[in-house]
Amino acid sequence: MTTIQSIAGQDEQHPDVALVEQVRAGDVSAYDTLVRKYERQIFRIAQHITQNREDAEDVMQDAFLKAYTKLDQFQGNSKFYTWLVRIAVNESLMRLRKRRTSKMVSIDEDLETEEGSVPRDLADWAPDPEQNYTQAELGQILEKTIKGLPPGFKVVFELRDVQGLSTEDTAEALGLSIPAVKSRLLRARLQLRERLSRYFHKKKGSRRAGPRVARAES
Amino acid sequence: MTCTEFIALLDDIIDGSIAAETRAEVEKHMHKCGHCEVVFNTTRKTIEIYRSHQLYDLPNDLRDRLHAAIMARCKKGC
Repeated sequence: MTTIQSIAGQDEQHPDVALVEQVRAGDVSAYDTLVRKYERQIFRIAQHITQNREDAEDVMQDAFLKAYTKLDQFQGNSKFYTWLVRIAVNESLMRLRKRRTSKMVSIDEDLETEEGSVPRDLADWAPDPEQNYTQAELGQILEKTIKGLPPGFKVVFELRDVQGLSTEDTAEALGLSIPAVKSRLLRARLQLRERLSRYFHKKKGSRRAGPRVARAES
Repeated sequence: MTCTEFIALLDDIIDGSIAAETRAEVEKHMHKCGHCEVVFNTTRKTIEIYRSHQLYDLPNDLRDRLHAAIMARCKKGC
């Protein structure tokens, strides 16, 4: 964990630290600022894991309330947001476990599946393929595509690629090792690419150019 | 460089975190391997599309309602 410590050891103070200190001193309005700053991101993470709008709403509220009551336990050596994500992920997993009583759900289980780790669909995409769809259609495609990924892949992809967190911060937020984050990110990216290929192929002779057809053509 | 080695480096290539000498090998491989070039371009595009079309946006009215509920409970000490 030397990398995380060296990041935390930098002199520049994250603006959240001052807000956290104000909240600790009894200024609730400073917490209002923190909630506003991160509620959208926390909602998205919860929605990715629970795949349920009502659960995501509850998780978002519970995560912020839990963070508020536990603020004394927040050590300044991590970023407030990564600490908050960790709470939200745990709340989301708890919610998911309640729904799926027969199946253990965990973010750190080692997913042995090799599915999608070797690219199979090698046909090129149309230029700006998303423009062949309306915004609503594209939203449905992206949602459907990411939904099938394991929760641990989705959250890593969301934090690293959509929200732009570093590998180190993602690892800390999820309680994963850095190699585990890297491995999940690669597989998440490749699996999403593979699945999106179905929609974004260049139009060729066949309307439904599957992977094998594509490989034979190329 | 083989295709397997290229895929193992894909994230570093996309994130721009590979050393200059490896980059030269990567570019050489992509130049002669159309498949790896497609995988690189379409993976990068996948990320770009997800980044620019964020899923599960919180509608303003719901955001306001949840926000108010959180703050009301914080003010009461949760």
